Amino acid sequence: MTALTLTNVNKSFGNVEVLKDINIEVEDGEFVVFVGPSGCGKSTLLRVIAGLEDVTSGEVRIGGELMNLTPPSKRGIAMVFQSYALYPHLNVRKNMSLALKQEGQTKQVIDERVAKASKMLNLEPYIDRYPSELSGGQRQRVAIGRAIVREPKLFLFDEPLSNLDAALRMNTRLEIANLHQQLDASMIYVTHDQTEAMTLADKIVVLRDGRVEQVGSPMELYNNPANQFVAGFLGAPSMNFFPASVVGDSADITMGVRPEDLFLADDGPLAAKVTHVEHLGGDTNVIAMMQGHQVTARLFGQHHVDTGQEIQIGYTPDRSYRFDTHGARLA
Amino acid sequence: MNKARQNPLNTAAMHGALILYTLIALFPVFVIIINSFKTRRAIFREPLALPDSESFSLIGYQTVMKQGDFFLYFQNSMIVTVVSLTFILLFGAMAAFALSEYRFKGNLLMGLYLALGIMIPIRIGTVAILEMMVATGLVNTLWALILVYTAQGLPLAVFILSEFMRQVSDDLKDAGRVDGLSEYTIFFRLVLPLVRPAMATVAVFNMIPIWNDLWFPLILAPAEETKTLTLGSQVFIGQFVTDWNAVLSALSMAILPVLVLYVIFSRQLIRGITSGAVK
Repeated sequence: MTALTLTNVNKSFGNVEVLKDINIEVEDGEFVVFVGPSGCGKSTLLRVIAGLEDVTSGEVRIGGELMNLTPPSKRGIAMVFQSYALYPHLNVRKNMSLALKQEGQTKQVIDERVAKASKMLNLEPYIDRYPSELSGGQRQRVAIGRAIVREPKLFLFDEPLSNLDAALRMNTRLEIANLHQQLDASMIYVTHDQTEAMTLADKIVVLRDGRVEQVGSPMELYNNPANQFVAGFLGAPSMNFFPASVVGDSADITMGVRPEDLFLADDGPLAAKVTHVEHLGGDTNVIAMMQGHQVTARLFGQHHVDTGQEIQIGYTPDRSYRFDTHGARLA
Repeated sequence: MNKARQNPLNTAAMHGALILYTLIALFPVFVIIINSFKTRRAIFREPLALPDSESFSLIGYQTVMKQGDFFLYFQNSMIVTVVSLTFILLFGAMAAFALSEYRFKGNLLMGLYLALGIMIPIRIGTVAILEMMVATGLVNTLWALILVYTAQGLPLAVFILSEFMRQVSDDLKDAGRVDGLSEYTIFFRLVLPLVRPAMATVAVFNMIPIWNDLWFPLILAPAEETKTLTLGSQVFIGQFVTDWNAVLSALSMAILPVLVLYVIFSRQLIRGITSGAVK
């Protein structure tokens, strides 16, 4: 069964069209990530699914039922917000149990679920604390706990990690991945961070300017991007683009090569001058100018390259992509 | 830490300025209170002297207690102030919430219209207000005063509160909606506690002018049973003779309740519970 079906969803604020003809399906138990640059409408799409915004036209079905006019609390969803949005005047236990009380659950059910969720998230020592007495990571866990206790059909995460520092972000990412395995629920996760998207998703939806650019598994999108935007958005460092005239093809065609597919070779076809070298230990990123185009080569291991050095770069032709002037992929 | 703040000279100068201002502000109050405990002769001979065994007298307070219904005036002022403040805060906050939270046509115009009252003194409309009160039979009732003061206080309240409510995290309100809270619960339980400092500011701004007002009590409710404290105290000020003992005693007593209300609100001003709600 499908957990969520969006059919021809449009949303505008006044004259501004924010979402244009969105069609997405989320299967039961699937982890779907909406990714895109800021302002692409991904958060609005999530709010439409949550019922915090009404669609202008189109259908939102959750678990097969039409939910266009159903208020958020009756949609069988739970949402985790970027800013945590904990109730400041309630302690952790009450933050988690509020929604269940509103649903009219018995005290026994509430206690049981809160105990289960706080155990799962290691929140037991903090259960009687107030949000102001918790650290950022703990607050985020409470926010996730508040979603878990409702046992929703669909979890919605709105950039849940962007307020955390790098180390905590990695841990919480793993926790969310574990949680998905344990709960076996459908999850929709919004982020602008392509690493989060690649690591968490069963399916990635890439959005730009309110349109779906491509839908697919992380590796599908990485290996087989439909257009230049998707190719450039996924992967870090991002794909190199330069006119094909550099390698003796038509100037109307844009070549795309991922940094890891470039290598240093004395007989390489691309001549470039090194402008910057990033030594990351495991990898070395060489940033060079090639006939006025900046390219990044990601070399595995540690290499000694000097700034200002003239280098020849080789690439694997069957690992390169070609795009037309509108950014569409050419075979 | 700011370097300028740690410099002991700067700290001393800052405290000096604050102490000086406090003395200037408290001086008239101090003079009123000490003189209210002196004989009439002593008030005029040495206005700045503390009451001693010779000049000490409670005659002013005795006059006030005997004359008229001082406690009734007191009660009237209290009712008018507290009820008006309640209305201003409740309706002001509700309007502010609607303006800041909901998208609807004419939102901006409505906000401007509601804020327009800040620029127009309500006393310009005194004659029309009096005619309205006569027509509705509200003259010489406390309701006349409460309604006028509520109208007078609302524009600024809406203006200040809507600015503050815009700062309340949208995520928090949305979390409430996802959890199934009604809009009223979100308003009363989530938003109002977070704008409490702003509410206290509005309350303090409105409280003093209402308590001290002489104009509207004199025009709309001059009857004996609806007189406010300020109006009631005027009986001691005559065209030819003024009973200074009584006037100063009445004023001293009038300060007390405002002081109590101010202490209540100022504690709210200082206390902030927003930390930890978001981020």
